[in-house]
Amino acid sequence: MSILVVLELKDGKVKPVSLSAVTCAKLLSQKTGLLYNVALIGAPSDSAVEEASHLGAQKVFVCSEEHLKHYTAENFKIAVVKIAELSGAKYVISVASSLGKDLMPRVAAKLGAGMASEIIEVIDGETFKRNMYAGTVIATVRLKSDIKVLTVKGTAFEKAEKVSSKSEIHKVEVKEVFEGKRFVELRETKSARPELTEASVVVSVGRGIKGPENIKIAEELTDVLGGALGASRAVVDAGWLPNDYQVGQTGKTVAPQLYIALGISGAIQHVAGMKDSKFVVAINKDPEAPIFQIADAGLVADLFQAVPELTQKLKKLKEQSMG
Amino acid sequence: MKILVTAKRTPDPYSKIKLKPDGSGIDTSNIKFVINSFDEIAIEEGLRKKEKFGGEVVVVSIGTQECVEQIRTALAMGADRGILVDTGGRYLDQLGVAKILARIVEDEKPDLVILGKQAIDDDANQVSQILAELLGWPQATFASKVDIDLNSKKAVVEREVDGGIEVDEVSLPAVISADLRLNQPRYASLPGIMKARQKPLKTVKIEDLKVDVSPSVEVLKFEAPPQRQGGKKVKDVDELIQALKESKVLPF
Ligand SMILES: Cc1cc2nc3c(=O)[nH]c(=O)nc-3n(C[C@H](O)[C@H](O)[C@H](O)COP(=O)(O)OP(=O)(O)OC[C@H]3O[C@@H](n4cnc5c(N)ncnc54)[C@H](O)[C@@H]3O)c2cc1C
Ligand SMILES: Nc1ncnc2c1ncn2[C@@H]1O[C@H](COP(=O)(O)O)[C@@H](O)[C@H]1O
Repeated sequence: MSILVVLELKDGKVKPVSLSAVTCAKLLSQKTGLLYNVALIGAPSDSAVEEASHLGAQKVFVCSEEHLKHYTAENFKIAVVKIAELSGAKYVISVASSLGKDLMPRVAAKLGAGMASEIIEVIDGETFKRNMYAGTVIATVRLKSDIKVLTVKGTAFEKAEKVSSKSEIHKVEVKEVFEGKRFVELRETKSARPELTEASVVVSVGRGIKGPENIKIAEELTDVLGGALGASRAVVDAGWLPNDYQVGQTGKTVAPQLYIALGISGAIQHVAGMKDSKFVVAINKDPEAPIFQIADAGLVADLFQAVPELTQKLKKLKEQSMG
Repeated sequence: MKILVTAKRTPDPYSKIKLKPDGSGIDTSNIKFVINSFDEIAIEEGLRKKEKFGGEVVVVSIGTQECVEQIRTALAMGADRGILVDTGGRYLDQLGVAKILARIVEDEKPDLVILGKQAIDDDANQVSQILAELLGWPQATFASKVDIDLNSKKAVVEREVDGGIEVDEVSLPAVISADLRLNQPRYASLPGIMKARQKPLKTVKIEDLKVDVSPSVEVLKFEAPPQRQGGKKVKDVDELIQALKESKVLPF
């Protein structure tokens, strides 16, 4: 019996955010005495396999087939289930990325497992905490099934660190292919900025930015801080920024050191995605905007005046400190 | 084509959620219930496909008799027929809901099932994927665009994923889950509401479906999250910079 962590790959490399699932496995390991294994499915590079072998796992299962080069839930499910069975997994865990959310319920259904989505805490081997109602409620859930499937909220668990010991590496072959689905393409949002979920500074824009031509005001601030740009749903719905910029209940969850909300009202669905940020700044011209209730520093101002001024002054400060 | 959609009864997303004092659940006394936001989008998509290709849209809700309200709303939007699975108020987990939907799919044999990507009460985001697996069908979750080709019996679906938009082709029948930007749901018109009263609505008792829905996921308690200590204001940009310096969160 063991715990299985499904790591996620991007361009052959381990996605850092998926290391939070390893930390969850470590906690479960302490509570249950079970050891954990990790799975790399798709087209892992040699360095990804090397990295995965230094995560304190008993074994690294590598499943690298031509038909798994592009992710589909149907084909990855076959691989995950095979590895889960091979390794006698009692828990199957991944991070709640869009891939994890798509894949893991399907895995759970196949394994006849109960599943808890986006857990934020491990209480014991069968009890977990997770958000409901857009983060306005925390539920304690218990999984009673023999096998348990979990996705973890990336911001709720640290990323597992490298260890010096090395895990055994096992190659796994999967020949079965699901016929009814074909990956066509990924239209990737290109950005030179850090990943939204990894960045230590996030500047997010809301409807208050008025139009796509004004986004650059926020971008200039973002770049002085070396941060990532995010957005409210209103901005993404309007087509001013791509879908993967959305922060919130149904978008991404971020917990940077510094979160700056520009022209965002602070609806619960937005707050759900950023309330664990360390320090929150809000700039909004409406003193009653709910975002101020959760801001550590709220500035009631017109963002078209305040933001350029803030950017200029921070730029100076940065130049001074770089000396 | 025949399309199956759902109308889960959930609190209005803009209502304030309060807990019962004993933490056993949500205080529903002052809450307005509506169709789950994502299901509204799923229903709208079903209607648009019917308008394009002809056929029928069947709407399912699983819950108490109160869900009739949500089914009627979907019928008023333009769905043809409703099925209420009356649970008598018993608690179901996502696997239970998916098993019931799978049973209905067996009976109804739709060409396409469109669900919401997540229910805004439990925020689970599981049922579509579980249902697809139970049926052995392909899934296209988090859809923001669905193009159907009836000749080849395929759908090309644009999906909202972490890195941008992923495009997948699925053969029908398939399960699709709707994301926010798939469409803008219509309002039920007055004539629509009048017509809805005449449309067939069948109630099925959960026992009669003969599926094992004993949950493997239990909710033990609900609690309020720790409140962020916010609310501090600064008077101008200089004070803001001072606050940033003191908080030591600046990267320089
Ligand atoms: C099912 C569901 C899921 C959702 N999921 C999400 C989600 O994941 N993420 C999300 O963000 N939202 C989500 N929403 C939407 C959410 O409820 C809000 O509608 C949305 O967050 C509002 O975006 P906003 O704050 O940019 O716009 P608004 O609420 O319109 O706020 C704009 C703000 O800008 C301020 N402003 C205007 N002009 C200026 C100016 N010149 N200077 C300074 N301030 C100015 C205004 O005072 C106002 O407070 C969801 C909703 C539903 C129903
Ligand atoms: N009780 C229900 N009745 C009808 N549909 C449901 C029900 N519960 C869940 N669903 C469907 O499954 C989707 C995802 O729900 P969930 O996995 O609970 O987040 C919802 O958007 C609905 O389409």
